[in-house]
Amino acid sequence: MIGGLFIYNHKGEVLISRVYRDDIGYVFQDVVGWRNAVDAFRVNVIHARQQVRSPVTNIARTSFFHVKRSNIWLAAVTKQNVNAAMVFEFLYKMCDVMTAYFGKISEENIKNNFVLIYELLDEILDFGYPQNSETGALKTFITQQGIKGQTKEEQSQITSQVTGQIGWRREGIKYRRNELFLDVLESVNLLMSPQGQVLSAHVSGRVVMKSYLSGMPECKFGMNDKIVIDKQGKGGASDDAGKSGKQSIAIDDCTFHQCVRLSKFDSERSISFIPPDGEYELMRYRTTKDIILPFRVIPLVREVGRTKLEVKVVIKSNFKPSLLAQKIEVRIPTPLNTSGVQVICMKGKAKYKASENAIVWKIKRMAGMKESQISAEIELLPTNDKKKWARPPISMNFEVPFAPSGLKVRYLKVFESKLNYSDHDVIKWVRYIGRSGIYETRC
Amino acid sequence: MPAVSKGDGMRGLAVFISDIRNCKSKEAEIKRINKELANIRSKFKGDKALDGYSKKKYVCKLLFIFLLGHDIDFGHMEAVNLLSSNKYTEKQIGYLFISVLVNSNSELIRLINNAIKNDLSSRNPTFMCLALHCIANVGSREMAEAFASEIPRILVAGDTMDSVKQSAALCLLRLYKTSPDLVLMGEWTSRVVHLLNDQHMGVVTAAISLITCLSQKNPDEFKTCVSLAVSRLSRIVSSASTDLQDYTYYFVPAPWLSCKLLRLLQCYPPPEDGAVKGRLVECLETILNKAQEPPKSKKVQHSNAKNAILFEAISLIIHYDSEPNLLVRACNQLGQFLQHRETNLRYLALESMCTLASSEFSHEAVKTHIETVINALKTERDVSVRQRAADLLYAMCDRSNAKQIVAEMLSYLETADYSIREEMVLKVAILAEKYAVDYSWYVDTILNLIRIAGDYVSEEVWYRVIQIVINRDDVQGYAAKTVFEALQAPACHENMVKVGGYILGEFGNLIAGDPRSSPLVQFNLLHSKFHLCSVPTRALLLSAYIKFINLFPETKATIQEVLRCDSQIRNSDVELQQRAVEYLKLSSIASTDVLATVLEEMPPFPERESSILAKLKKKKGPGAVSVTELEDSKREGGELNGGGDRGPDTSAMSASNAVSRHSVTSNLSYVFQSTPSPSADLLGIRSSAPAGTAPASAGNLLVDVFSEAGPAAPSAAVNDDGFLRFVCKNNGVLFENQLLQIGIKSEYRQNLGRMYLFYGNKTSVQFASFTTSVSCPGELQSHILSLNVQTKQVEPLVEGGAQIQQVLNIECLTDFSDAPLLNIKFRYGGALQNLTLKLPVTINKFFQPTEMSSHDFFQRWKQLSQPQQEAQKIFKANHSMDTEVLKAKLLGLGTALLDNVDPNPENYVCAGVIQTKGQQVGCLLRLEPNAQAQMYRLTLRCSKDSVSRRLCELLAEQF
Repeated sequence: MIGGLFIYNHKGEVLISRVYRDDIGYVFQDVVGWRNAVDAFRVNVIHARQQVRSPVTNIARTSFFHVKRSNIWLAAVTKQNVNAAMVFEFLYKMCDVMTAYFGKISEENIKNNFVLIYELLDEILDFGYPQNSETGALKTFITQQGIKGQTKEEQSQITSQVTGQIGWRREGIKYRRNELFLDVLESVNLLMSPQGQVLSAHVSGRVVMKSYLSGMPECKFGMNDKIVIDKQGKGGASDDAGKSGKQSIAIDDCTFHQCVRLSKFDSERSISFIPPDGEYELMRYRTTKDIILPFRVIPLVREVGRTKLEVKVVIKSNFKPSLLAQKIEVRIPTPLNTSGVQVICMKGKAKYKASENAIVWKIKRMAGMKESQISAEIELLPTNDKKKWARPPISMNFEVPFAPSGLKVRYLKVFESKLNYSDHDVIKWVRYIGRSGIYETRC
Repeated sequence: MPAVSKGDGMRGLAVFISDIRNCKSKEAEIKRINKELANIRSKFKGDKALDGYSKKKYVCKLLFIFLLGHDIDFGHMEAVNLLSSNKYTEKQIGYLFISVLVNSNSELIRLINNAIKNDLSSRNPTFMCLALHCIANVGSREMAEAFASEIPRILVAGDTMDSVKQSAALCLLRLYKTSPDLVLMGEWTSRVVHLLNDQHMGVVTAAISLITCLSQKNPDEFKTCVSLAVSRLSRIVSSASTDLQDYTYYFVPAPWLSCKLLRLLQCYPPPEDGAVKGRLVECLETILNKAQEPPKSKKVQHSNAKNAILFEAISLIIHYDSEPNLLVRACNQLGQFLQHRETNLRYLALESMCTLASSEFSHEAVKTHIETVINALKTERDVSVRQRAADLLYAMCDRSNAKQIVAEMLSYLETADYSIREEMVLKVAILAEKYAVDYSWYVDTILNLIRIAGDYVSEEVWYRVIQIVINRDDVQGYAAKTVFEALQAPACHENMVKVGGYILGEFGNLIAGDPRSSPLVQFNLLHSKFHLCSVPTRALLLSAYIKFINLFPETKATIQEVLRCDSQIRNSDVELQQRAVEYLKLSSIASTDVLATVLEEMPPFPERESSILAKLKKKKGPGAVSVTELEDSKREGGELNGGGDRGPDTSAMSASNAVSRHSVTSNLSYVFQSTPSPSADLLGIRSSAPAGTAPASAGNLLVDVFSEAGPAAPSAAVNDDGFLRFVCKNNGVLFENQLLQIGIKSEYRQNLGRMYLFYGNKTSVQFASFTTSVSCPGELQSHILSLNVQTKQVEPLVEGGAQIQQVLNIECLTDFSDAPLLNIKFRYGGALQNLTLKLPVTINKFFQPTEMSSHDFFQRWKQLSQPQQEAQKIFKANHSMDTEVLKAKLLGLGTALLDNVDPNPENYVCAGVIQTKGQQVGCLLRLEPNAQAQMYRLTLRCSKDSVSRRLCELLAEQF
């Protein structure tokens, strides 16, 4: 039960405030009520002297859950002991919905669309309980153009759809071409020791779909999940068990879109669902085993006296030569008393950015199984501080056209019994994108 | 960025600052700062030498970044380089950076000190000032070490410019405050005093701050400043407002200087020189006169400046406390302020009047403003002003206006702020007690108090009523009647129920004749409140019930019924259950005779200091209730303050009677010793004879009083000075309150003694103008040559938490009976504190023990057989009659304890010789305890009759 939801700009001014329950005000023992809750968050979190790192803050027995999108703070407030995961899930959904409606979440966009936001908030939270937050469904009755003379039938249709069993999809959708887009988006996180030992690594991935299908199709999604493959291997008397064993992946945990039938997943571990119309996130997952690390960073830092530092960094791409990695950026931190930097690199561009205390090396494209190197000479100003430089890790950004977790889509079948199109008539597109999360190597 | 303009504009700095101001977020600001830092680093690192201007600019930027809260770890060297520049602005920025950023243990300090030295020895006044400011701003010990000797020289040198002198004086003041040990007094001190005569007012203003500080530490060395200050003051006061030009502030001539002069004079006693004094009085009169003049300007600054001087003058008048005329005039002036529009003025007037009220000269004058003050109490909007008004009412109260003031305070209580209610209640209670002429008024007042502000009435207040009612026969009937009536109100406070229960339990019989308050009606009334009360009150009520059984046998059946019911006899609270069970048994088993003895009426309480007064002292420190006032209350309330510090829980009392007289039902006494309720504590003390240890569940005043005495002299009655506690011991704590602790260590040999006094400041604030003096009242002076106070006077400043020591040498010339008085004065937080204590120097301290055989003893005993040589006293034991304790006390007395002398081994026999300078006085002592009756017979025979009388008086209090 969320007591209220506030949206602030970076100065701590309230842009949107929607209170669902009275209790959040009373804590602060004032006639003005929730106004104080609003101020409490601004004072204790946004303008806090120390940066507040915890997403949950408890002030005067009231909990504030916040997420930050660029310069905008979204804070859900409650006095009760709620499920924090639920609140955050809601906040993320809220962000998704807003992005779907008006693009980037920025102060200007929020100010321009405040009526819409209040409308959305009225719809997706009732008395503090989250309701239907499916963008596609919401878009049918909350529009930016205003609702033009809907007929009685259409209105009743909306009611039955919102209250019905399949709230995320309305009936009677028709497309001339049945199309389906499937994106596997992964971000790979790594922390590596200077000697090349992996200290921690995991991949968090999402399967995002865009479906343009007629009627009420039933879909079935299959991937190289280790449990499924093993089961088939055992049941189906194994044609090539060795090969499939290698290619299956162990998924640590996953969550699904509400359209997925969980009972079926629990019993058969098969993912079947009636998809919402348009774009949605089918599932999220995380893996930690057998991760393909797209890049290896080899740092070499040498201190020459008190006033000089030599840095050499080699990066090696570690995937099929036919693939191309993009948007590669290596960030090499420099000491705080740097007074001058000379950089030489073979490929791409490198620059010392004083405002960020780092050398930033950018490479547009790089094929697999290649290597490249940069060397820099850093001049230092002697200081009277005896503190040693902490040597923060070298971090890296990139984008590769494959899934570092090794996930493969095996099939996506569409069944629509009422309308006369079959699985073969659906045009399907699959794309894999692997991005860097926090990809760091200590030096 | 290149330095475009070479002027002082520092465009780069302005651009940088405006960039930072325009940053939208913290991240952006950090980015901008990082960029700037990198730029400065590359500039400083660059091979090209920077010119002064850019160096200054970058150092300035660094300073700005530092002040924004970021760490700066370079640029110090560049700043130090700036110091040696010849341009004022560059030097200034260098000094600024150093005073903000360089910490004392930096390696650069040597370079910096060198630069400062150069500047100090330069002839350029601005450079000297910059250097002095830097020293003062840093003010570290290292700075003091390097320059403490240099600065006084600059200060008193004849050719120093005025502006430099000002800076030097203030700089020296700063160094003196941080490390007084390094600033050595020398020949310059006398010349500093003469700066008061300087032509330049600025120099005088700066110098006087220094002199005030120095003279607080060494008043003697700066004594000469008094006459100089007076003449300076008179010159300012008598000058027309146009004379001083620059130093005239809104038509007031040199207000700051005047205030400082007046404050300096407050460090000293009134000048002895008649001429000087005359001049000073004239000045003060002029200041008072000026306050009467119509204001020369409507501006608030004008009146502020004028009033600042006036209030400082008034506090000087109060400090001197010797000019009745001035005091009365000051009082009248303050009276006018009482009705002023400005709340602050009213506050200050009330505050100053509080101090005026304690002066004997102006007490009457203060009293004339009673109506205004009462009005202030009622109508002031600001609670702090009301608080002051209440304080003042309390201070101005005496016999003549007590009834009015108490009535006003009572009526104010109903609407008073919660924060001051408890204090108000205490004050009302004290005033009512102190100035009570008839007790019915007193009882009425206190009952009213409980009715109005029951929640704020502390235990002590109602203990006190009971003590007084018990001790005064004539009010008992009235009290019972009033209490009975008060209890009839549908809702009455629990404290009222307590008082009611106690008083009706004791004196219910006095009103039982009236059919409207027949025993059963009384009982039913009490019992109707029973279920609404907390456990301690219920326990008290149970005791009242058992007393009822004794008082009115006809209620026995009803009360037994009540005691027998499950809610009592099976109560989940152990104390209540046990009382119910035992009282029930007691009432059914014991005969009426036994009941009558066990449940006899309470004996009167011994005389003690009012517990409420102790509580108020505890609350406020002695500032609010000065010692004179305490003594006052003793004198005036003597006949009334019958009470002691015992908690008057009926049960406790009755049981203690039982224990001491008949040792009835051992389990009854057990109840009270074992149960952890507060009443048990009280009793524990009373009947602690066997254990000798008070079960100190402290927090209770009463317990404190006893435990303080310690086992060496258990529970000597706390007299105002703790004087009597020291008859039998030489070391201990003489006095203690919230501010100050005074410890004593003394040793005596023959007729000589040495006493160490330790004054400990218990607060975290320093005491200013701390002075002590020892005086010998009356003829004592000729009897005891004492007190050539050794070491110099105690330090006038006692830092928070510090302890200082003073040594007194004492010589006994001849026997004496009085004790010397120790007077302590000091300022705590601006308020003058004044304490007078009796020093525990008694005649027995000069005892030499004499061992003798039984035969010798009785021979001498017979020799001293003249009636005036013998003093005898029979008295009740106040404390435990434990043999070991008694022996320890007698040895502490200084005599020899003789064994096997008296035929009765129970008796104690002692002998000793008192050594005075002129003669020796032999003393024989015999103490015969009677354990059954808890009595002692003390007999003393001395060769001198006055000695035996005095010793007898002293000793009678000890056992």
